[in-house]
Amino acid sequence: MKKNITLKINGQEYTHEAEPRTLLVHFIREIEGLRGTHIGCDTSSCGACTVLIDGKSGKSCTILAVQAVGKEITTVEGLATAEGPHPIQEGFKENHGLHCGFCTPGMMLRSVELLSKNPNPTEEEIRWGISGNLCRCTGYNNIVKSIIYAGAKLRGEETPSTEPKFVE
Amino acid sequence: MIPSVFTYKKAGSVSEALQLKAENEDSKFLAGGHSLIPTMKLRLSSPSVLIDISKIDTLRSITEEGNQIVIGSLVTHAEIVNSDVIKTKVAIMSEGASMIGDVQVRNCGTIGGSIAHADPAADWPAILKTVEATVVIEGESGKREVNVEDFFQGVFTTDLTEDEIITAIKVPVPASGTKGTYQKFMQPASRFAIVGCAAMLTISNGVCQKARVTIGGAASTSFRDLGVEKALEGKELNAQNIENASKIAGNGVQMTSSHFATNSYRQHLTKVYTQRALESLI
Ligand SMILES: Cc1cc2nc3c(=O)[nH]c(=O)nc-3n(C[C@H](O)[C@H](O)[C@H](O)COP(=O)(O)OP(=O)(O)OC[C@H]3O[C@@H](n4cnc5c(N)ncnc54)[C@H](O)[C@@H]3O)c2cc1C
Ligand code: FES
Ligand code: FES
Repeated sequence: MKKNITLKINGQEYTHEAEPRTLLVHFIREIEGLRGTHIGCDTSSCGACTVLIDGKSGKSCTILAVQAVGKEITTVEGLATAEGPHPIQEGFKENHGLHCGFCTPGMMLRSVELLSKNPNPTEEEIRWGISGNLCRCTGYNNIVKSIIYAGAKLRGEETPSTEPKFVE
Repeated sequence: MIPSVFTYKKAGSVSEALQLKAENEDSKFLAGGHSLIPTMKLRLSSPSVLIDISKIDTLRSITEEGNQIVIGSLVTHAEIVNSDVIKTKVAIMSEGASMIGDVQVRNCGTIGGSIAHADPAADWPAILKTVEATVVIEGESGKREVNVEDFFQGVFTTDLTEDEIITAIKVPVPASGTKGTYQKFMQPASRFAIVGCAAMLTISNGVCQKARVTIGGAASTSFRDLGVEKALEGKELNAQNIENASKIAGNGVQMTSSHFATNSYRQHLTKVYTQRALESLI
C-alpha cells in the first residue's frame, strides 16, 4: 500500500507516494530523479549507492526510504555550493580520481564522512576507510591522492602537487 | 531487487514493539536492516509486517552499571568501535567491531540485530562468548537474561522466541591483567569470518590465570574451545605453550565446507588464527 513519504534530501523536503518496500536508492533516483546516486551491485557490496544520512555514510540499496524519514540525506548533488565544487570534488578533478565515474559519487560521500571524523588521515586509514567502495577502473591510487588533497584543502593547508611523477 | 510487499509499522517503545509483534503473526523486527533487507531483497524472507524498532531511543545507550557494561541492542557496530568505555574496558569488542564489513555496514548494523540473526559467519557470537556476555530479552511475559553460551543454538537459530525482543547485552568488565584480541580470516568481499578467533587471557606474572578462546565462522555455530583454554590455564605464556595449545584448536569439531573454504582448510585456519591471536597477547 502506497503512502506519503517525506524525505529531506540536500536540505530540501520531497514528499511522494511510495510503497514501504521502496529502497532509499530508488526513492532518490527514480522518484526524485537525482541520478547521481548509482546502483552497482544492488547487494550492499560495491558502495556506488552510498549517501550520507545525518552525516554518516550508508548504502542506500540496503536501506528502506521509510527508514530515512526525519533524517538529513546528502547525495552527490548536495556537495557543491554557490561558491563552487566541494573540496572533495576538486580533489577528484585535480588528481584524476575517476575514469568512468561510476563509483565516484559514493567514493566522494564516503570520503566526506571520513574527513569529517578524521581530518588528517594516513594513507592506510584512507584505504581502509574506502574499503566498502569498489572502483573497477581508476585503480585506487588516484582516489587516495584525491582524498589526501581534499583533506589538505579542508584543513586550510597547501594542497599536494598534482603533477604526475614520471619514472625514467 | 525489491522486497515483496509488506506493511510497515513503527514502534516507539519496547512495549509497543511487543504489542505489535503479538498482534501481527507474520511479522519481523527491523533494526539496522543489514541482514534483513538483503534477505528480503532475495525473497528468502517475506514477512507481511515489518516492525521498525530503530527509533526506540531507550535501546541505544552504552552504560556502566557496577562491574558490567550494558550495551543497548540498537547500538551500532560503529558506535562500539568509537565508544571510549568499551575501548578502555573491553577493547576486544571495539577491535572486533572494527572488522565487521565496512564503514557503511558498521554505521547501520546493530549488535542486537547481529545476534538475533545468528549468522554462523558473524563476528559478535565468538566475541561475546569470550567476554562471557549475557543477553537481556523482553517478552509479553516479562524480562529474562540468558548467557550467550545458551543463546546461540545453531545456524540462524537462537533461544529467542517469536514474541520476544533483545533489549541489551551485558558484558562483565574483565579482571585487571586481562588482555583480549579478535583475529579473523575474512571473506574478501563481505568480510564475514571464514574463521575468527576471539581470545582473552588473564595473566599474572607471565602465567595464564584464565583463558577464554572462541572460534567463529568455522562451524555451524561459534564454539568455546575448552581444550585450548585448559591447555593454557596455569601455564607460563611462552611461545612453546601457545604453540602446543593452538595445535589442538578445533580438534574433533565438524567444520563447515563451502566454496570459500573446505572443512580441512577451516581446521587448519582455526589453529593458525588461534596461535596468531594468542601470540599477540604475550
Ligand atoms: C555487505 C555486508 C557485510 C557484512 N559483513 C559482516 C561481517 O564481516 N561480520 C559480521 O558479523 N556481520 C557482517 N554483516 C552483517 C551486519 O553486521 C548486520 O548489520 C547484522 O548482522 C544485523 O544487524 P541489523 O541491525 O542490521 O539487523 P536487521 O537486519 O534489522 O535484523 C536482523 C534480524 O534480527 C532481528 N532483530 C533485529 N533486532 C532485534 C532485536 N533487538 N530483538 C529481536 N530481534 C531482532 C530481525 O527481525 C531480523 O530477523 C554484513 C552485512 C552486509 C550487508
Ligand atoms: S549498489 Fe548498493 S552497495 Fe552496490
Ligand atoms: S571510476 Fe570507474 S568504477 Fe571507479
